[in-house]
Amino acid sequence: MKRFLGFVVKEFYHIFRDYRTLLILFGLPAIQLLLFGFVITNEIKDARIAIFDQSKDEVTRRISEKVLSSGYFILDKNLSSYKEIEQVFRQGNVKLVLIFGADFSKKLDKTGNARVQIIGDASDPNTANILVNYLQGILSNYLISLNARKIPMQIIPEVRMMYNSQMKGVYMFVPGLMAMLLMLISALMTSLSITKEKELGTMELLLVSPLKPIQIILGKVFPYVFLAFIDACIIIILGNTVFGVPVVGSVALLLFESLLFICMALSLGILISTITNSQQIAMMISLVALMLPTILLSGFIFPVENMPLVLQWFCHIMPPKYFITIIKSIMLQGNGFRYIAFETGILAGFTLLFIFLSVRKFKIRLA
Amino acid sequence: MSYRPEAENIIIVKDLVKKFGSFTANDHLNFEVKKGEIFGFLGANGAGKTTAIRILCGLSYPTSGKLNVGGFDIYNEREKIKRNIGYMSQKFSLYDDLTVFENIRFYAGIYGLRKKVIDKRAADLMHKLDMKEARDKLIRDIPLGWKQKLAFSVAIIHDPKIVFLDEPTGGVDPVTRRQFWDMIFEASRKGITVFVTTHYMDEAEYCDRVSIMVDGKIAALDTPDNLKKHYGAGSMNEVFLKLARVKVE
Repeated sequence: MKRFLGFVVKEFYHIFRDYRTLLILFGLPAIQLLLFGFVITNEIKDARIAIFDQSKDEVTRRISEKVLSSGYFILDKNLSSYKEIEQVFRQGNVKLVLIFGADFSKKLDKTGNARVQIIGDASDPNTANILVNYLQGILSNYLISLNARKIPMQIIPEVRMMYNSQMKGVYMFVPGLMAMLLMLISALMTSLSITKEKELGTMELLLVSPLKPIQIILGKVFPYVFLAFIDACIIIILGNTVFGVPVVGSVALLLFESLLFICMALSLGILISTITNSQQIAMMISLVALMLPTILLSGFIFPVENMPLVLQWFCHIMPPKYFITIIKSIMLQGNGFRYIAFETGILAGFTLLFIFLSVRKFKIRLA
Repeated sequence: MSYRPEAENIIIVKDLVKKFGSFTANDHLNFEVKKGEIFGFLGANGAGKTTAIRILCGLSYPTSGKLNVGGFDIYNEREKIKRNIGYMSQKFSLYDDLTVFENIRFYAGIYGLRKKVIDKRAADLMHKLDMKEARDKLIRDIPLGWKQKLAFSVAIIHDPKIVFLDEPTGGVDPVTRRQFWDMIFEASRKGITVFVTTHYMDEAEYCDRVSIMVDGKIAALDTPDNLKKHYGAGSMNEVFLKLARVKVE
């Protein structure tokens, strides 16, 4: 045990004497979280809109007011001809043009049918889509308020978004980031620190010493369990204080699941380091083979349900996907262990699998 | 100490075979090392020296053969062997980002030495190597020659029965190499058996006995004087060239 402690102490020296490691360990999580939280957001505020109002009556004016006071849109320009539409789009500021046909309120009164046209700038399809939806929402709200007095029959949907009532993007990014960063720190850092010993030749000395291989591996991994765990706490706390992401469920359960995920990523890091002897290759494998799938295939940014079937299969073998499901479930929905037992089991299974493979690989290498 | 035929065998190797696929790195090696001698393990690059030393240290398993190191069986008593051997590789493996003292403390620590003993031995070492000012310097900031001496001292800090040195003098200048051999002699005087691989033939003269490997086999094994006599050569270098030539023909 004393030998083991000496080993761990040495490992901490390595970490604390290398400012790059420290930067990755503690700078990266904070910076990433703030960047993702503030920069990447699905909400669009103050989009510039141009209005071509051909009837200029009371109704169109009221609708325009509603649109502009919604907070989503700012009036860029009032247009006076169709020709100008192409022009304002080309200038690039305007994302959306709203066109009212002539005699809008007269038609609405007489036939009950009036036309508006919405033209979006689909060179940025996501934004265009979202803005069009906002605008349609505003229009249908207005319609409902008109109809309230006239037509007896109507269906009024009352929408409530559970668990994230304001539809904040950051609710999605905190769990995703946690998976990504814990994966990065755990897998990348351990695989790097083990391959470093191989490159230096110190690994041979350790293997010749009375330390058992399992002690060596545990000694290398233990500091990172500890540090990654601190990182998990940093992310949860920052998410909560800066972005108001709640932890509805049990904090203890959340930390336990994080620990499990850290162990999974660490065992993956060990596996990587048994495959290669060079730090560079370990880094390549960790970054390309782990980070990209974590970002793209875990449901972090892109919904799994919309992917082609083959890619969905890949998603199912991505451990971060299960972790993200788990954290969302605990943090946002406040679910207990019962609801995430399946995902927890899968993470534990991955951990055992990676450890099993590492041990086998290790033995083959020794022979 | 030196080679005494009557001394006990501290390493016994019988029919050691190591194959990598169809390539045979060690082809039925047979030899004994006597307690306290400096045993030189010579051969050209790729002759199978490193493979054999790695097997003796427990870094690799033999394909077949009976091996006994320090009185322990290599298959069943690995843990006991590990406690009784020291190892230094050609890389002088020390941690660059730890200080001289921290390296000593770490390596002594993994052999289970107590803190008091560690402090004492570290102080003695600093004194002996004349490195007192360097005690708290990082390894990356000290010269290669110091690193090499320190790596050797660390390899024997737990007073092993045997120390294995795998090309310990690669890349250092002749003067430093000579000083390094003085350290080896000193360890040998203290009763530590030294098993050393090298491809510097002048160093072979320093060994009590020398085995020369050619193509995975031991081509010759005797004291340097006997070898020179037997092959009618003036130096170990000539002996080696003669053996290598036999192989070519």
